Amino acid sequence: MSVLIDKNTRVITQGFTGKQGTFHSKQSIAYGTQFVGGVTPNKGGQKHLDLPVFNTVVQAMRETGANASMIYVPPQFAYASILESIEAQMPVIACITEGIPVQDMLKIKAILKTSNSILIGPNCPGVITPDECKLGIMSGNIHQAGSVGVISRSGTLTYEAVHQTTQVDLGQSTCIGIGGDPIQGMSFIDCLALFEADPQTQSIIMVGEIGGSAEEEAAEYIQSHVSKPVVSYIAGLSAPEGKRMGHAGAVITAGTGKAIDKINALKKVGVVIAPTPTTMGETLLEVLA
Amino acid sequence: MQIHEYQAKILFSHRHIQIPKGILIDSVAKASDACKALGGDVWIVKAQVHAGGRGKGGGVILCRSVEEVGRVCGQLLGSQLITPQTDAKGLPVGQLLIEVEQNIELELYLGLLIDRQTQKITVLASTKGGMDIEKVASETPDKIIKFGINPLGDLSVQDCTLVAKKLGLNAELTKQFNNTLLGLYEIFTQKNVNLIEINPLIVTKENQLLALDGKIDFDDNALYHHEDIAALRDISQEDEKERLASEYQLNYISLDGTIGCMVNGAGLAMATMDLIEHFGGLPANFLDVGGGATADKVAKAFELIQTEASVKGILVNIFGGIVRCDLIAQGILQAIKTVGLTLPIVVRLGGTNAPAGLNLLGESEFNIHVESDLTKAAIKIVELAK
Repeated sequence: MSVLIDKNTRVITQGFTGKQGTFHSKQSIAYGTQFVGGVTPNKGGQKHLDLPVFNTVVQAMRETGANASMIYVPPQFAYASILESIEAQMPVIACITEGIPVQDMLKIKAILKTSNSILIGPNCPGVITPDECKLGIMSGNIHQAGSVGVISRSGTLTYEAVHQTTQVDLGQSTCIGIGGDPIQGMSFIDCLALFEADPQTQSIIMVGEIGGSAEEEAAEYIQSHVSKPVVSYIAGLSAPEGKRMGHAGAVITAGTGKAIDKINALKKVGVVIAPTPTTMGETLLEVLA
Repeated sequence: MQIHEYQAKILFSHRHIQIPKGILIDSVAKASDACKALGGDVWIVKAQVHAGGRGKGGGVILCRSVEEVGRVCGQLLGSQLITPQTDAKGLPVGQLLIEVEQNIELELYLGLLIDRQTQKITVLASTKGGMDIEKVASETPDKIIKFGINPLGDLSVQDCTLVAKKLGLNAELTKQFNNTLLGLYEIFTQKNVNLIEINPLIVTKENQLLALDGKIDFDDNALYHHEDIAALRDISQEDEKERLASEYQLNYISLDGTIGCMVNGAGLAMATMDLIEHFGGLPANFLDVGGGATADKVAKAFELIQTEASVKGILVNIFGGIVRCDLIAQGILQAIKTVGLTLPIVVRLGGTNAPAGLNLLGESEFNIHVESDLTKAAIKIVELAK
């Protein structure tokens, strides 16, 4: 078992024939993902990477039985692509694109509430279940099938968490990059709920960062709903107020969104904090010992 | 992207939001004509900079004669204004807005923002205007009126009236208030605004609602389809290095420390700063070279870091996923050959092909400390930069 995706997941790419879409579809196929095709408007009927190209998500789903999509279109088209996928009732959608206007995401979030589709991202590395399915841009070779569920707002810090849990031989059940934008599809809480219910997942690493209050909300949820051990690292203790630290969502505004407040909220409910980004793996080992 | 008060007020007036009579000047010579054209005998001179707290910083001054206006304009124009919200250098004052004094009966606060928790555009209003609204919110939360707008719906006149009622406004003022709030909402949604506020929104003794100040922060990700807004950008208000960096698609933020950092990925860049602090050092910058760390980008990054006089050492931290570390190492060597290396440097490479990359760097003609372990790399650079 794992969450969201596994070896039976049938994947398509939206923005299939573009540079990014092509590169990452190839990588995903090479990883062993069950890849069934892609969507690029006006290129339906063609073949790309030996797979069928469709004009629309609806056609792709009907012809291939696809049940997960990854989106690599430029930001100005991302809103329409996500919406198309939701309307087609695609079960799992991972949007990698960075730079989608916040107000577009507000609308998408509201629409998602009335739909059964799950959106991961945007501005994220996607999701991977090691050795089974890679729905995103992460490098497959650092992963190892195992027991840790990884959730993170940052791409490169997800890789650190993965690398470290592989090095201590725990491996990962599924790794979900929820993205660095202020308004996202899946939240920490959504992911925690999935990992809590998943038998393969025995512990959880949650990587947060400055900005917003998602970590504080997650802490409240963990207290009442999560029985599995959770280790967390929060980036940005040294970040100045009022500056956007790379991610659109990583900004301390008017005293809210500080790393220390998140750390304290998580500690209060029994989450063990890795003191540095290099000690997530060993901290988890200690907790499990 | 932020804009100036006077620019915000122009956008307000296009939506029939009432603003005080004012004239923008950029030279002292124009001050006395401006006063005459405005009329009255008391004027407010307001420095146009991209920061709040201008009053406390001496950037908003009440003048009781034309001569005083001239003198104040002379002092402010061309100066650096330091406010509680700027750094120690302050921001350059290139333009002043001169306005007629108003007879203030009541000061309100009115703003719209994106509430990340409720995931809605939210109206914020308060009868405690003219103050730091965050302070009001934390000290007297009952004085804050919040109203969330359905992302798939709109703001209605009825919604506005509800907020006006909570503010205790009479029928005539409610009419003006609704007009103001609907105008703000229109700007907010049509121009992809992240934050818009009027603080204070005043009620004059003549029973008129006026936007005495204006602040707008636009979503950078949507500027490409608002050319009119993008044209309002004032680069004199931006950090020179941050601006240069953005031209090379580098995410750079200047900080006060001595250790320059170059990292791929925003989260890892922040975490690297944290690690430096953890071991007793202070980062000189945040710098995310992004996923595609090409030789050209790396060279630019080195250049930016090394021109900061306070930097005493450099830590490069790259975790190779899709990007191979041996290619990154070649890029680093090429960059050093191009821009030179004057400071101690530690390079940590992890992930795909890290050993090959570290070998390349270790065996090079340059004095590069290589590390596969990020903790050791951070300890090393803190020691070298002492």
